[in-house]
Order: sequence, then C-alpha cells, then structure tokens
Amino acid sequence: MSGLIKSSIARKVAMALSGLFLVFFLLQHFTINFTSIFSPDTFNELSHFMGTNPLVQFVLQPVLIFGVVFHFVMGFVLELKNRNARAVKYAKYNGGANASWMSRNMILSGLVILSFLGLHFYDFWIPEMVHKYVEFAPADSTRYYHELVEKFVSPVRTGLYIISFVFLALHLWHGFASSFQSVGFNNKFAVGAKKFAKAFAIVIPLGFIIVSIVLHFSHNH
Amino acid sequence: MNLTLKIWRQKDANAQGKIVEYPISGVEGDMSFLEMLDVLNEGLINKGEEPVVFDHDCREGICGACSLQINGEPHGPDRLVTTCQLHMRKFNDGDTIFIEPFRAKAFPVVKDLMVDRSAFDRIQHAGGYISVNTSGNTIDANAIPVNKEDADDAFSAATCIGCGACVAACKNASAMLFTSAKVSQYALLPQGQVEATDRVLAMVNQMDEEGFGNCTNTGACEIECPKGISLENIARMNREYLKASAKG
Repeated sequence: MSGLIKSSIARKVAMALSGLFLVFFLLQHFTINFTSIFSPDTFNELSHFMGTNPLVQFVLQPVLIFGVVFHFVMGFVLELKNRNARAVKYAKYNGGANASWMSRNMILSGLVILSFLGLHFYDFWIPEMVHKYVEFAPADSTRYYHELVEKFVSPVRTGLYIISFVFLALHLWHGFASSFQSVGFNNKFAVGAKKFAKAFAIVIPLGFIIVSIVLHFSHNH
Repeated sequence: MNLTLKIWRQKDANAQGKIVEYPISGVEGDMSFLEMLDVLNEGLINKGEEPVVFDHDCREGICGACSLQINGEPHGPDRLVTTCQLHMRKFNDGDTIFIEPFRAKAFPVVKDLMVDRSAFDRIQHAGGYISVNTSGNTIDANAIPVNKEDADDAFSAATCIGCGACVAACKNASAMLFTSAKVSQYALLPQGQVEATDRVLAMVNQMDEEGFGNCTNTGACEIECPKGISLENIARMNREYLKASAKG
C-alpha cells in the first residue's frame, strides 16, 4: 500500500475523487444560491440552516476545506512533476492539433478559480466566521439575502465573479468528464455520464452567472 | 517542392543542441518523409558535412523505430501513420518544417533526432509477458476459449508498436497509453490472469521510476498514436491497478 501513495495512478484517482466531491458541493451551493433570485425567504432559511447546523459547520465544512486544499495542492504537485518530465521544450509544439484548450490549461483555469476563492472567502466566508465565532453576534435568520445582494452592488465585483464562473466552466468541461476516465469508469454508461458532465459544466456556471447578474440588477432597481 | 527544414542538431547526449536551418529542393510529393531526409543527408555527405541522425528500420509502419516530432506533432500532421508512411504531398511548396526529437526526460537524446526509448523496454520487462513453459510441451493457445470481443480488444491493444508518439504528444510526457496497451493485451485474456496483479503493479511502478509524467486525460496520445490505441486502455489499466492495490 505504501507504493500506492507515490503511484501516478493513485494520485490521478485522488485528483478525480476530490474533484467529484467538489462537483457535488458545487451543485449544493448552486441550488441554494439559485433560490435567492426567486425566493429570498427560502434563501434565508437554507442559508441559516447551513450556517448554524452543527453537522454542516463542524463536520462537512472542515471536510470541504480539506477537499479544496487537497485538490489544489495535488494539482500543483502533479503540474510540477509533469513539467519536470519534459525538461527540454519543443521549439514548435502544436498542442491544439490533438487536445482541447481546456484539457491543456487546467492549471490556468485552476489558478483563476483559486484567486476567485480568495475573493469569495474575503466576501462571505471570513465575515461569516467573524460574525459567528469572533463577535458572537445573535442569530438572525433574515440577514443572509441582504448581505448577498450588498456584495453584488459593485459592477466590478459582479464582473470578476462572472469571469471566474467562465473559467469554472472551462475547468469543469475537462475535469468532470475526465474524472470518470481516471477512476476507470468506461463501461456502456460512461458515454452518457460524460455527456451529463459536459452539460453540468455549462449549466451550473451559467446558472451562477445568471444569479450574479440578477442580484446586481435587483439592487439597482 | 522547395522546403526549409529546421532540424534539431545535437552532437551527443551531453552536448548542447540547437535548431539548424537547411534549405532543400527537388522534393517529390511521392517521397516519404524519411526518403526526403535521405536526400538531405546525401547532400550533406557530398558537402563533407555530418548527416542528420534519425531512427528508422522497417519503413512500412510496423516496427516502431521511426519517430520525429514534425511541426509540433509526433509522426507529423497525418493520422494513423508513422513518419516512414508520411508522404511529402502532405506539405506545400515553400513550407518551413520543424523536425525535432521526441522530447521527454525518460527519452534522452542520443544524437540529433535519435532518442533512447529503452525506458519502454524496461516497462515491458517489468511484467509485459506471460510465463509459459516453452520447452517442448507448450499448450496450444487456441485450446482456451476467448470471448470474441475480448480477443478483438486484446488484439487492438497488442498492435501498439512502442514508438513513443504517445509520450511525445502528451503535454506531460506521460507513458500511460503505452503501458496501458501492454497491460490490457494480457488483462483481457484468460492466459494473462495468473500474473495480472503483479503485472500491473510492476509495470506502473517501472513507468513511474522512469520519470514519465502523469496522465491528465487530454487525449493527445490517442489522436497521435499511429496504431489508434484507445484511451479505454488507460481506464482499464487504472481499474486493474486499483484492484491489484486492494489485493495486496
């Protein structure tokens, strides 16, 4: 089993599984955010539940943070190892002839998403942690929608979120479908699963973009 | 056809290499790419210059000896052919063609365009075989019934000629398509089951030790493979590896 930890295939499978875990989180995050554009009360209720439930706060949240950190760290480790595997570069390399831009630039889209996470944590997660665990502010189940809309007043911030979601789509386009291949799933159901993954890569980021735009304009009106 | 060739020249494994430009004229569309290089080399020899060293053997696409990264693609712009089967009609008069060795840390340059691909041999030696007594009482392979689909898939995997185009095409210089083809051709057959666990563990371990990069599923290897080896083999190898790791 010690060989498994160092093995290229085990690392590849670990990347795929952590990515799949993050995909499930993304779906859950989107579902809650989507309610904000048609039912602020539902959004407040769901946000309050997620923000106060001990299982979510003290079990799922640490697991999620571990999953995010693991995915990024392993991504960088593999990128460095892969760059090292070709010390002398080609004078002419026609990567576009045989592979998609998305598949060749996962590190770039990943870095944009990582930068976005920095902004996103600054906007929501850190204030939330300060609110609950530093200031010990009294629970208010109606504050979430208002706080959300406030963040999307700025067109610059809304624009940055939209750009990040485009890169999220590019990352998911290759990453989600590719994870099936990594875990060795290629039976008769794999074709359908990969089509679903491609659709997911478009629909979910597009949904986040729509939520951002609707929230931005809902404040301005 | 008049062409400008930009060829990687490197005196030996330790020397610093560089791209050198060679104009060439009178190239016929019916020439193979290697024949075009033969013409270039004849000219260089006649001028008293060192000919360009490149790998070649059967010149009919079955031995896996020829290589070359041509205009940024292994075996050039055509599909399902090796460099020896690539015809100059694929290029146009006045073209500039970059010719480089297959690049990977695990494929060190020997001289000019020739690289050492013995890393593939060592992966094969690690487990790419079945232990059959061949001392006079060999069992007829056809005595064991094999599902037709499995036989076809095993045969497809076995068509890998080990040229290294998969490594050259991969942005990570990964050898997973090659290794997975060699694992698959046995994993699919009953004769390969006895040593299946040890085989996949040993071959993947050797692949990692050789310094190849990790597969990120770009699919470039499958597109550039002159024998059309499928990515399905990599998924199969991943499954075999996980099963073998769980066993022991």
